[in-house]
Amino acid sequence: MIRNVLEYAEATAKRLPEAVAFATDQQTMTFGALVQRAKEIGTALLSYGRKNAPMAVMTEKNPQMIAAFLGCVYSGNFYTPIDTTMPKERILSVFATLKPEVLLVDSKSKKLADMLGYDGAVLVLEEIAAGETDEKQLRAIRMAAIDTDPLYVLFTSGSTGVPKGVVISHQAVINLTEWYTETFSITEKEIIGNQAPFYFDSSVKDIYAVLKTGARMEIIPKMLFSFPVKLLPYLEEKKINYIDWVPSALCIVANTDALAKVRPSYLRKIMFVGEAMPTKQFNYWRRYYPDALFANIYGPTETTVDCTYYIVNRTFADEEPLPIGHACRNTDIFLLKDGRLAQPGEAGEVCVRGRCLALGYYNNPQKTEEAFIQNPLNPYYPERIYKTGDIAKYNEYGEMIFLARKDHQIKHMGHRIELGEIEAAVQSIDLVENGACIYDTDTQRIVLFYCGQEATQGYILKKLRDKIPKYMFPNVMIQLESLPQTQNGKIDRLRLREYYVQENS
Amino acid sequence: MESLLKILAEIRPDVDFEDNKELVDSGELDSFDIVTLVGELCDAYDIEIGADDIVPENFNSVEAMMALVTRLQED
Repeated sequence: MIRNVLEYAEATAKRLPEAVAFATDQQTMTFGALVQRAKEIGTALLSYGRKNAPMAVMTEKNPQMIAAFLGCVYSGNFYTPIDTTMPKERILSVFATLKPEVLLVDSKSKKLADMLGYDGAVLVLEEIAAGETDEKQLRAIRMAAIDTDPLYVLFTSGSTGVPKGVVISHQAVINLTEWYTETFSITEKEIIGNQAPFYFDSSVKDIYAVLKTGARMEIIPKMLFSFPVKLLPYLEEKKINYIDWVPSALCIVANTDALAKVRPSYLRKIMFVGEAMPTKQFNYWRRYYPDALFANIYGPTETTVDCTYYIVNRTFADEEPLPIGHACRNTDIFLLKDGRLAQPGEAGEVCVRGRCLALGYYNNPQKTEEAFIQNPLNPYYPERIYKTGDIAKYNEYGEMIFLARKDHQIKHMGHRIELGEIEAAVQSIDLVENGACIYDTDTQRIVLFYCGQEATQGYILKKLRDKIPKYMFPNVMIQLESLPQTQNGKIDRLRLREYYVQENS
Repeated sequence: MESLLKILAEIRPDVDFEDNKELVDSGELDSFDIVTLVGELCDAYDIEIGADDIVPENFNSVEAMMALVTRLQED
């Protein structure tokens, strides 16, 4: 029984030491080199971390970043990837919650750390000597580790404007990896075309599938995802046969009919996760790959990437939603409606129990208590469940269909966003008096309504650059004299929506 | 050119479009912007931008975008 993800890396390094594990156009790393480098980094980290302490990794996306993750684990601690393109304030807010023992950077991102005025310990990866490993100490740390120790903390959008750090254990990732690699028959022959950034949880599947099976990961340059006629030849050139992407990445290919020009011939397994995959664009892909395996995967970060999946096994009309399917291994899903189980066909909130559950939110007991609650159907012994805030129902085939969000959280271009976080950022701008957002699901646009006579759109966007990531930027901005209110004084989003629909009709 | 600059200013009012000649290569425009931009250009100029034309070279500068629009309008 595996207790620690390092066992995956070590076993594969022993079996396939010379095989390439992770590659970009600039850098490749074999399994043997990866484990060696991770041990060197782990050894260098011994002087920083207490046990199970947070360590932040802020580097370019490349194989060295994976070595840094594993280095943190070798030192007995856990890692948090930091997105270098995030606004300064947000990175600092993550650091304020996490209080990392050390910040691992590369020579390039070191400048960013300096610019942020980060005053904690910083370790530059290139300065860690090759060949120096304290095997005895690393072994002792491993002996003392248990499988419920945290492996990573990933930050997601929080409604109050402060991101929440989801703490995930080794056990949860091992459970995910075992299920995933077996269900989708992933072996060392696979060449995975990675799209997900490493600070985004669907990358966890790509990374640990590689470490367990000996598959190879080709890290696709981010820029290619804007340009399908460049992206598709790249898949062909790298012989990529397996992709697990956000639907937006697949949609841009479909919307430009790019497969008519180039159809990558190696592709066999096509997964999508992170937001709803529009069926029309899915059908486009399927026409070009009638024999490929397609899977629609669903899961919040709090349930370790995935908690349900659906392997497409019948045809769907363009307007029919793709199911999110059935529970993954060691996972139980049920729909709650007013404290009871939803009837067949009735909509309810998706609740999850099982090994996949996060340990909680880092340094945030209040949010943890609100989201991870006692199973209301079990009054007999303590049992945690996670309330996702997603509303779903079962169709006539017994497959789960995602319907909507319960609150103001949305999925936009693969990112989970609390509209409240955008509102908090907008409201903090000096010339803005008030702001509220709605989401137009048809055109996938974030619509901001704001008040403030002197606040121009350019001014607001300029100010937002320092506060929230660009994927959270409003796509439409509408200036109003005042925001409509409900009887109890809350912003009346329904009326805002009506107003928006009226203006656009 | 002015109408194009107006569209661009609506999508990204924070970017200096007139002087930057490496809008894509420098990372100033990212995938979200390109997707939005393609949609807006098609609507505004009644053109269809096919996959072959969605390449960095056509979006690196206002001049390149204008040339693309003009060419597609003539087609």
